[in-house]
Amino acid sequence: MSGSYTPPTLTIPPGPDDWSVGPEVGPVTFVEYGDFECPHCAAMEPILHELRLRAGSEMRFVYRHFPLTSSHPHAAIAAEAAEAAGAQGAFWPMHDILFANQQALAERDLIGYAAALGIDADAVAAALVDHAYEPNVREDFMSGVRSGVSGTPTFFINGVRYDGDYELDAIARAVQKAARLAH
Amino acid sequence: MSDPQDPFPPGAAAPDFTLRTTPDQSISLSELRGNPVVLVFYPADWSPVCNDELAVFNQLLPEFARFGAQILGISVDGAWCHNAFADARGLQFSLLADFEPKGEVARRYGVYRDTDGTSERSSFVIDPEGIITWNERSPVGINPGAGGVLRALEAMAGDQEAETEG
Repeated sequence: MSGSYTPPTLTIPPGPDDWSVGPEVGPVTFVEYGDFECPHCAAMEPILHELRLRAGSEMRFVYRHFPLTSSHPHAAIAAEAAEAAGAQGAFWPMHDILFANQQALAERDLIGYAAALGIDADAVAAALVDHAYEPNVREDFMSGVRSGVSGTPTFFINGVRYDGDYELDAIARAVQKAARLAH
Repeated sequence: MSDPQDPFPPGAAAPDFTLRTTPDQSISLSELRGNPVVLVFYPADWSPVCNDELAVFNQLLPEFARFGAQILGISVDGAWCHNAFADARGLQFSLLADFEPKGEVARRYGVYRDTDGTSERSSFVIDPEGIITWNERSPVGINPGAGGVLRALEAMAGDQEAETEG
């Protein structure tokens, strides 16, 4: 148990089932495990946005759900709403709305956001009632657990958990280093 | 850094203990024979909300139930403190108060930090016969998550449909 420590790695690599933005083929894949009701995740949003701008075509960004419902009672249903929006091609717009409004994530709020996005809000409402996307959210959560995610946000850079500072420069340096190693 | 001893090793019988879980209830490890036990040492109640491995363990209770495993959190905080903490965080498993004599159980498991006066972040998986089958200690400031515990329970359950995810 003593001796050198190696960070955990992603047990399920990013694939076509994941929500991602950025180049499919690039040197760096950055995975976030996040929770729409987690204030730390919301606080990271501008930093991650800037990170994506800086990294440009070097980095693909993947988002996976890790709702901690004992602390965040609306986190799971919000994640399901993002999935339901995703089924209509609006995962990322919904993702952004949820983080920007994380104090209002009750079911009626979520349906309102779907309407505001101009997608089929009734379909989203039905999916929330049926918990149609609960298995997808659970699958993300379990992949996170098995990969050493213990809270949110947790990041993986090219499959290795990032244990450094959560500041833009520190994260950007880690991404640059991963890009160099991959080239 | 204070790192006086190694955690009690796999293969050894888990040291028995009797600790309070609430101000008027206690639990003994030996009472839990017959089922696996997951013992999760953590430094203190009231660590930051969103980076809390206990919340992850709480969410995994259905997974642990598949193995018949009982999960116990343990820290040097008192039972009243645990009560308030578990209530505030919605934790649905027992938190043991390793409070008097302070940290004695953590010492017996080799995970007490003299410099901080708390236990380390360390988990043990104990089989139904009371033998430690797995342990993990994390560096200060690093949360280990629950993946290792799950894998240890799966290994213990052997080939009994442990591979299927819920």
